[in-house]
Amino acid sequence: MDYAIALAVFALAVALVVIGPLRHGQQGEAAEEARREDLEAAKEAKYREIRDAELDHRMGKLSDEDFRTTDRELRSQALEILRALDELDSGQAETRR
Amino acid sequence: MTGAVGFACLTIGLLAALYAAGAGAYAGHTGRREVAVSARRAIYCLAGLLAVAMVMLESAYLRSDFSYKLVAQNSSTDTPTFYKLTAMWSSQEGSLLLWAFLLSAYSSLVLLATRRRLRDIAPWATAVLGVVAAFFLSLMVVFGQDPFARLAAPPAQGNGLEPLLRHPAMMIHPPLLYSGYVGFSIPFAFAIGALIRRRTDAEWIRATRRFALIAWTFLGCGILIGALWSYSELGWGGYWAWDPVENAALMPWLLGTALLHSVMVQEKRGMLKVWNASLVVGTFTSALIGTFLVRSGVLESIHAFGASTLGGPFLAFIAVVLVGSVALVISRLDSLRTEARLDSLLSREAFFLLNNLVLVALCLVIFWGTFFPLISEAITGSKESVGPPFFNRATVPLALVLVALAGIGPILTWRRVTASTLRRALTAPLAVAGLALIALVAFTGAGRSGPSLAMFTLIAFVLAVVGQEFARGAAARRLVSHESWPAALAALVARNRRRYGGYLVHAGIAVLLLGVAASSAFHAQKDVRLLPGQSTRIDGYTVTYRQPTAAILDDRAGTGAPLSFGAVVDVRRGRQHWVMRPSRNYYAATDGTGGAIGRFFMGDSTSEVDLRWGLRRDVWSAIQPDLTSLIAPIRVADRRFANAPGRVQALIIAALAERYRTHAPAATFRFIVSPMIAWIWIGGAIVLLGALTALWPAPEARRRRATSLAAARLGRELSRA
Repeated sequence: MDYAIALAVFALAVALVVIGPLRHGQQGEAAEEARREDLEAAKEAKYREIRDAELDHRMGKLSDEDFRTTDRELRSQALEILRALDELDSGQAETRR
Repeated sequence: MTGAVGFACLTIGLLAALYAAGAGAYAGHTGRREVAVSARRAIYCLAGLLAVAMVMLESAYLRSDFSYKLVAQNSSTDTPTFYKLTAMWSSQEGSLLLWAFLLSAYSSLVLLATRRRLRDIAPWATAVLGVVAAFFLSLMVVFGQDPFARLAAPPAQGNGLEPLLRHPAMMIHPPLLYSGYVGFSIPFAFAIGALIRRRTDAEWIRATRRFALIAWTFLGCGILIGALWSYSELGWGGYWAWDPVENAALMPWLLGTALLHSVMVQEKRGMLKVWNASLVVGTFTSALIGTFLVRSGVLESIHAFGASTLGGPFLAFIAVVLVGSVALVISRLDSLRTEARLDSLLSREAFFLLNNLVLVALCLVIFWGTFFPLISEAITGSKESVGPPFFNRATVPLALVLVALAGIGPILTWRRVTASTLRRALTAPLAVAGLALIALVAFTGAGRSGPSLAMFTLIAFVLAVVGQEFARGAAARRLVSHESWPAALAALVARNRRRYGGYLVHAGIAVLLLGVAASSAFHAQKDVRLLPGQSTRIDGYTVTYRQPTAAILDDRAGTGAPLSFGAVVDVRRGRQHWVMRPSRNYYAATDGTGGAIGRFFMGDSTSEVDLRWGLRRDVWSAIQPDLTSLIAPIRVADRRFANAPGRVQALIIAALAERYRTHAPAATFRFIVSPMIAWIWIGGAIVLLGALTALWPAPEARRRRATSLAAARLGRELSRA
C-alpha cells in the first residue's frame, strides 16, 4: 500500500514537471539566443587562441613570420565570429521594428 | 515505509530515464524545442528521485534497521556511525544506487549548464544519458539488485561492515571513482549527439571539455586515494598490485588523458576528429568495463563484490554501446575527415598524436594483462594469469616515452617550431637533466637500476621545462606590464589558466612518478619473526620488538574492533629514534566460527600498520600476532562460559588478552623502508592543483552590442580580455 501511494505521488510529481513544457508549448531558449551563446563561446575560445599566440611570440617560441601568419589567420576567424554576432543583433533589431 | 518510498523512487526513476531517452531522441529528430525541454526536466526529476532514494537507504543504515537485507549484511548496532554511512556503497546494490545517483546529478548539471547551447546536439545527448541511466536503474528494478530488499525474519544484530572497508578512505574512494566513471558519460553523450547531427566542429568539445576534465580529475583522485588506502591499511606495504579492478580504473584514466590532449588539436586545427570520436567511445566503454569487472565476478579481485548475475546484462550493454558507437563513427567518416594536414613533425599537434599512440598502447598492454586469464581460458581451457612482473616490464618503457613527451610538449607550438627555437628552448632543460644524471650516478645508488635512472633524468627534464615555461612567461609579461615577479607570475597564470594549469599537471605527474620509481626500485623489505626483546636490521635501521600490546574496544583506528593485538617497536638509526605501534584488529565471527569466547579471536582480522612518513623515506611496519598459545585456554573458556552473561564473557576475553600480553610468543613482522614514497601523494596534490587551476572559470565574457567596426571592437575586447 505504501509502495502504491509513493508510486502514485512520485509519478504525478514527475508528470507535472515533465508535461509542463509540452502543455505550454515552451520553446525554451530562442534559437537566436542559443546561437548567440554558441558564438560567444567560440569568440572567447578564439580570443584565447590569439592571446596564446601572442604569449608564444613574446616568449620566443614563435618566429616573427610565423606569428604574423598565425595572428592574421586567428584575427580573421575572430572577425568572422564578431560579424556573425553583429548580424544576429541587427536581425533581432529588425524583428523588433 | 522507507523501503516503499525508496523503491518507488527507483521505479519512477526508471520510467523518467526511459522517457528522457525517448523524448530526447524525438526532440533531436524533429527539432521540437518543448520536447527537448521536457526530456531535460525528466533528467532533473531523476536526480531528485535518486537523491530521495539515497536518503531513504542511508536512514535505514543509521537506524540499524535490520529488516533491510543490505543493512543486516553490512552494518551492525556497534558499527561506528561514520562507517554506517559508507556501508551503503560497500554492497553491489548500494553501489549501483550511488552510481545511478551520481550519473543523474552530473547529467542534470551538464544539461542545465548547456541549456542555451548546442540546440541540435543536446537533445540527443539527453537521450543517451537517459539510456545509460535506464540501464543502471533496470539492474536494481528489473534484475533483482534491489537496495531496499526486505528480510522476512530480521536478525537482532547485523553482520557489521567488512573489516577491510573500515577505513576513512571508504567515504571518498568509491564516490570519487564513480564520479570519474559517470563523468565520462557526458563527453560520450555529446559526441554521439554530434555524430548523429554530423556536427564535426569543435563546439561540442568546448561545451563538454570542462566536464571531461572534472571526470578525469575525480577518477585520478579516486585511484590515488585507493593506492594510499592500500599502502596504509592492507598490510602488504604496497600501493599498486596491478589488480584487475585497479587496472580497470586506470584504463579509462589513460584514455581520458589522451582525449583531453587530443581534443585541443581538434579545437585549434580541426584535426584528429576520428581519433577524438574513438577516444570518447573508448574512454566511456572502458569505464563501463571497469564497472562490470567489479560486479561480475569474472576476474578475482580484492575489490570485487563477488560472483553475481549481472555479468550478462553488463556485457550486453557494453556490446550495444561499443558496436553502436563504432558503427556511428564509421558511418560518419566522410564528415570526420579533415583537409588540414600536419605542417611539421616538430609541432604540438604531431606530438599530441604521438601522445595518443603511447597512451593507447599503454591501455592495450594493461588490457591484455588484465584479461589474459579469460583469453587463455578461452583458447587453452585453463585460466592463466599474469602478475606484476609482466605489467612492470611492459609499461615501464612506455611510461618513459610518455614522460619524455610530457617534457617536450610544452616547448612546442601549433603548426611548427623552428629548429633554432627548439634548440634554444631545450638547452636549459637538457642541461638540468644532464646535471641530474651526473649527480644521481655520482652521489646515489640510482645507477643500480637503469630504468629508474632514465626515469629520474626525464623527470628532471620535465620539471626544468615546466619551470622554464613559468619563468619565460612571467618575463614576457614583465616586459609589457613592468610588474614584480610574483605579480607577473600570478597574472600569467590567471590569464592563461588552461595552459599553466596543464603545466602544473605535467609537473605533478613527474613528481608522482619520481615517488613510484624510487619506491619501486630501491625499497627494502624484511619479514621476520621476533620474540620480545629481539632486534633486526633493515636498511640501516635497528628495529627492536620491545613488548606486546593488547586492547579491548580501544583500537587506534576507531573501527570498532573488539580486540587488538600488537607491539611496541623501537626504531633507531644514528641519532634518530622513535617508537612504532603496529597492531592487528580482530572482529567477532558472525558465521558461527568459534564458540562464545573463541569467535572474538577467530573472526576476520585486519592489519593496522604503523607508518612514519618522511620526504626522503617512509618506514612502514605491520604485525601478525601468533595466537596459537591461546587456542587451548579459549577452548576451555568456550566450554565453561558458553552460556555465561555477557559481562562475564567480557571479563574472560579480557583475561585471555592479558595472557597474550604477558606471555606473548614470537610475532611475525614486516618492515619496509621505501625511499621517496611520499612524493607520490605530493605529486597527486600538485596534479589536483593543476586541474583546479585549469578548471577555474575565467571572468565572464562581456557582451557588447555592435556600435563600431568589428576590427576596432576586436582590438578593444582583446586588450580588456
